[in-house]
Amino acid sequence: MASLTLVYFAWVREAIGRDEEVVKRPAPDVTIRAFIEGLAAQGGVYAEAFALPDRLRAALDQRFTPLDSPIGDAGELAIFPPVTGG
Amino acid sequence: MSAVSIQTQDFDPAAELAALEASGGGGVASFTGIVRGEGGLIALELEHYPAMTSLQVERIIEEAKARWPLLGVRVIHRHGRLKPGERIVFVGTASRHRTAALEACAFLIDWLKSEAPFWKKEHFADRATWVEARAEDDARAQGWRT
Repeated sequence: MASLTLVYFAWVREAIGRDEEVVKRPAPDVTIRAFIEGLAAQGGVYAEAFALPDRLRAALDQRFTPLDSPIGDAGELAIFPPVTGG
Repeated sequence: MSAVSIQTQDFDPAAELAALEASGGGGVASFTGIVRGEGGLIALELEHYPAMTSLQVERIIEEAKARWPLLGVRVIHRHGRLKPGERIVFVGTASRHRTAALEACAFLIDWLKSEAPFWKKEHFADRATWVEARAEDDARAQGWRT
């Protein structure tokens, strides 16, 4: 079974209570947004962290990717707030 | 010549500038970001995405090199816990002429702010809060796209 590594940063990491986890990869045409909404529907810490997808940003295999893009065959999905470096 | 360092330790801007001055150009520009101690800030904590950060900064540098004729680029970004007055970030550019060096330097710091995977948390005596992204920073980065 293909797996997807989820990595979290900043307040998303704190809300989830871990920085990484491995889950079963969804069908390739599932978008990041739909996947995040599915996690939020599980309730608990996911409901809290992912209540407002528009506050989140994502990267697929270390490349920033819009939430409405499909996950495809990516191996790593990072979910985080808008970046604040520099 | 271009080099990226993502590190916890401090750096020496004078040494970085000297290296850029030796790249054979006629102009060197730089930006150094410092932790502001406003509002009783005790420390600034910077988190990043280790698997992506260097890769992404290299992509930003490639974009700068595609736009300006650069002879040298140096980017240093610190992470970890920093105190007010400490250096956070350094961007240095060298080119034959000043315009390319100055513009590329401004482009690089604007894009680092909105396109590099870093997150800042501000620690005060009684609380700690994640810094919200500023619309003004996004607008500055977007401005280079037109």
